[in-house]
Amino acid sequence: MRYHYFPGCTLKGQAKNMESTTMAAAAALGIELVELEEWQCCGAVYPLYEDELITLLSPVRTLAAAKGEPLVSLCAACHHVLKRAQELMQRNEEARKKVTDYLEVDYAGEGRVLHFLEVLRDDLGFDKLAEMVKKPLEGRKVAAYYGCLLLRPSKVMQFDDPENPTIMEDLLKAIGADVVKSPYRTECCGAYLSVTEEAVAEDTVTRIIDSARNAGAEALITACPLCRYNLENCASEDGKEPIKVYYFSELLAEAMGLQFDQLMTSALERRRSSDGNK
Amino acid sequence: MATSNKTRLVDEMKMQSGQDPNECYQCAKCSAACPVTAAMDLLPHQVIRYLQLGFEEDLAKSNTPWICASCFTCAARCPRDLDLARMMEGIRLVMLRRREGNKFGPADLTPEQLEKLPQQALVSGFRKYNK
Ligand code: SF4
Ligand code: SF4
Repeated sequence: MRYHYFPGCTLKGQAKNMESTTMAAAAALGIELVELEEWQCCGAVYPLYEDELITLLSPVRTLAAAKGEPLVSLCAACHHVLKRAQELMQRNEEARKKVTDYLEVDYAGEGRVLHFLEVLRDDLGFDKLAEMVKKPLEGRKVAAYYGCLLLRPSKVMQFDDPENPTIMEDLLKAIGADVVKSPYRTECCGAYLSVTEEAVAEDTVTRIIDSARNAGAEALITACPLCRYNLENCASEDGKEPIKVYYFSELLAEAMGLQFDQLMTSALERRRSSDGNK
Repeated sequence: MATSNKTRLVDEMKMQSGQDPNECYQCAKCSAACPVTAAMDLLPHQVIRYLQLGFEEDLAKSNTPWICASCFTCAARCPRDLDLARMMEGIRLVMLRRREGNKFGPADLTPEQLEKLPQQALVSGFRKYNK
């Protein structure tokens, strides 16, 4: 299984370990993720006003670079932007014409745009994954935290049931963890309000963490670097039992029996081979 | 005054977001769903009511569009299939396009924040508050 891979800026910065753990796990699962050449930041937010065409240039350039072949990303925000930009290109002919003319590319909304979790569920299959697991996370009580961007708007994202998703719980099951379901798993963490309105993010995040803790979780998984930042930095946690936050890929890599030094090496090797390609 | 403002804001809104505030029947499910109402001076369904009535200047003063985190929960729950997140963005854009300065920029960040924040937060924050 071979896919184009769009990392996005955060995966090369604060969320490097989401990339290195995914790459190592993917290699062990026989999934090849080939980084797109000369990619650019997706823009991080999808423009909700349809005359904001400038902000579409970057995601559409990325979509066109995949040439209709499957395109995978890891960051929930990148996936959200790419998927919605694709849907706009399919639906709004005027926007498509303006954007593709400006970029001088041919693109009409073709190609599968996937989050890596969808690759695991739909292409590899969680049953197959479960068979390949080397070190099941037995006895680890983990809750999934979805947040917003993978699920909503569900008509466009078509990722999972927006009110009762199961994909991350199914992943946790496949890697042998004890799944904890917490009622606030699809609530917003406050997103970039942690930058401008800290009190608001403190409120949203504290509710999410408390609800996971009360449900019996020791840890949470997420697919979004901003969710992770907020969950780790914004909750009011005085004297409470700490909750660890992981990227889903960290636990996946662990269950595949990959050690941290192996992960570092595989990241370095990839860096070397991509430097060699240039 | 109200009438001309109404025409401008609502017309622009309809065209750019494909959303017609008049389709809202004020059930307030959006406000029940919104995770950040505690910090808002107008509830989400009240913003729509103001749009219906053309109270543009009151909307310009409200903090609600700036508190909105674009989480899309309101849109997911609306029985009229309205996308309130798009309307909130519409109000923000009207304000940003009409006024001189940006609401938030790199100079407003502490060195500590710059060190720790994920790149995604910086890019999305600047996109939301700047033009
Ligand atoms: S949920 Fe929809 S119909 Fe109900 S008040 Fe909100 S926008 Fe209006
Ligand atoms: S998109 Fe904005 S208004 Fe709607 S529920 Fe989320 S924060 Fe509230």
